[in-house]
Amino acid sequence: MKILVLLKMVPDVVEELEVAPDGRALDTEFLRLIVNERDDHALEQALLLREDAGGEVVVAGLDAPEVDDVLFSALAKGADRAIKLTGFPEGSGAPAVAGMVAGTLPSIDGLLPVDLILTGCQALDDLDGMIGPLLAAALDLPYLGLVAAATVEDGGMLVSKEYSGGVLGDFRVELPAVLGIQAAAKPPRYVPIAKVRQAMSTGTIEGVAASPAGPAPSIEVIEMTKPESAGHAEMITGSPSEAAARIAAVLTDRGLL
Amino acid sequence: MTQAVLDSGVMTLDDLLERPEGERLMSCIQCGICAATCPYGDVMEHTPRTLIAKLRAGLLDEVLTGDDLLNCVTCYACWAKCPRGIALTDVLLPLVKEQVLLNLPEVPAELQAAFEATLRYGNPMGESPRKRAAWVEEAGVEVPLMKDVGRPVDVLWIVECYASYYPRGRENAVATARLLDALGVDFAILGPEERCLGECVRLAGETGLFDTMREQNMATFDKYEFGKVITSDPHAFDAMAHLYPAAGFRTPVEHVTPFISRHIEDLLPRLTRELNATITYHDTCVLGRRGGLFDEPRSILTALPGVELVEMTHNGVNTICCGGGGGGMWLDAFYKARGHDRLSDRRVEEAAATGADILAVSCPFEVPRFEDSVKVLGYDDRIEVRDITELVARAME
Repeated sequence: MKILVLLKMVPDVVEELEVAPDGRALDTEFLRLIVNERDDHALEQALLLREDAGGEVVVAGLDAPEVDDVLFSALAKGADRAIKLTGFPEGSGAPAVAGMVAGTLPSIDGLLPVDLILTGCQALDDLDGMIGPLLAAALDLPYLGLVAAATVEDGGMLVSKEYSGGVLGDFRVELPAVLGIQAAAKPPRYVPIAKVRQAMSTGTIEGVAASPAGPAPSIEVIEMTKPESAGHAEMITGSPSEAAARIAAVLTDRGLL
Repeated sequence: MTQAVLDSGVMTLDDLLERPEGERLMSCIQCGICAATCPYGDVMEHTPRTLIAKLRAGLLDEVLTGDDLLNCVTCYACWAKCPRGIALTDVLLPLVKEQVLLNLPEVPAELQAAFEATLRYGNPMGESPRKRAAWVEEAGVEVPLMKDVGRPVDVLWIVECYASYYPRGRENAVATARLLDALGVDFAILGPEERCLGECVRLAGETGLFDTMREQNMATFDKYEFGKVITSDPHAFDAMAHLYPAAGFRTPVEHVTPFISRHIEDLLPRLTRELNATITYHDTCVLGRRGGLFDEPRSILTALPGVELVEMTHNGVNTICCGGGGGGMWLDAFYKARGHDRLSDRRVEEAAATGADILAVSCPFEVPRFEDSVKVLGYDDRIEVRDITELVARAME
């Protein structure tokens, strides 16, 4: 089974995000990028599927700062091949990116056909969750998103999705297909840094220029702002009896006691 | 035997037996003192004695493919007691644990998170590197950053992770800043440029991560001029004293506790507040058993007004580990799942038996570990856990 995993880098929210002076993008001065968590789960799921069914895992990441570290780390975890897709104009929306990826995949030596394309079901930088379905549409493949479990069976995949209200849906999908992974069967594995450093010294990241974009994106960012807080929590301090008296007063004031 | 993944010219388990340390290993008399003195000797399948026996018999693979060695908290108890002087905690155990980690099918979640955060953010908590010096606002004295000083300083103070970020650890950092200020020391810190020194990840088996941290820190040290280094963390002290010299680090380094001890006479005129407390001191594995610093912390405590010092049953070289070393800091859930005692609970029971009001420590790991145990064991109304620097600063008020 040949699996292609698509990764992208997103802002690391450990640092507080700031809006750039133009009010339409994030301030990149202190911004660091980290692999999208769902994409990391997609890689883990691919490695688990290969452990079960054999085959090959190819990882492709969109060019961004620190993506090389992520690709080398994927090689150290056991990915067979790592590709960096370059030449995406900044601010390309999901339709443009999906179109460019779909247009680029056939030009990558020895890549197609693949049995399965896995990516995260959503990325925290746009929350649209559209790359998977748009790519599937462009490649004329079936798509299932928010996938919480996936196993190989009789040449196809058995896929589970969790719905609201605690309902679980099981699907069978014929291959090839595109899956948007919500969570791998296990948390993404750890790879000791010695193995990453070895991958950096002996492994290769293949750079591939993306095919030109189609029509310009039709979505424009008008304004990016931090949310204004609508209410404020009151921190109650003092001795236990003072705190209890204050809590009782608040509840009484609001007619709750 | 499993090959070391990265041959960077350093010692590996494979070539250990061809080196002097390995030859000494062959002199093991299988007496079992290491196993008997190990705090987890009752639950470990492979104590140092069995490790050496299997290594000599070429049967080490079964050790390297299991997770038993995660029970080793690298407390130097076996190292200190071995009658043959075999380099256990400083040489054999790290080499074995490195191979264990490389072969481990699944790294316990908390340990994995600590490793990943240490690499990415330079601290195991996953806190923002930009906030590493946020505690300075609470210090009440000037704490300059090296990058702002623009000149050589006498002392570079490595605050390290738990004193920088952990809420109670920050009280240690604030107290130390006040003591350095009171002593008129010309010092500075690295602030956001400081990254974990990496001793614990190495002793948890993550040698590659240690190498990375050391490279990053050496590059930072090379930017500045300083006469000596002091650090709040015994583990950082151990790394800088024993592991950084191999990367070219030549500056003298000292832990804060012996530094304060050497200057206690200068502080005496300001130590006017009676503490009125019975204090017992917990010898840290790294400063005490490994570094032989048993008298210095006690000399500080007995210099404080209104202090009676009492000893726990296990003190000095016989101290009981807090359980935080060698990755133990992030393996509590792993140990609990196996039904092991929490070592810090054992220690706090001993402290409680002395009747002391205060359990004094000199390692930032011990504050959260012992405070948790004090609460779990129900001693929170009678035992306070305090770093020695906090007690000195309290006496200065």
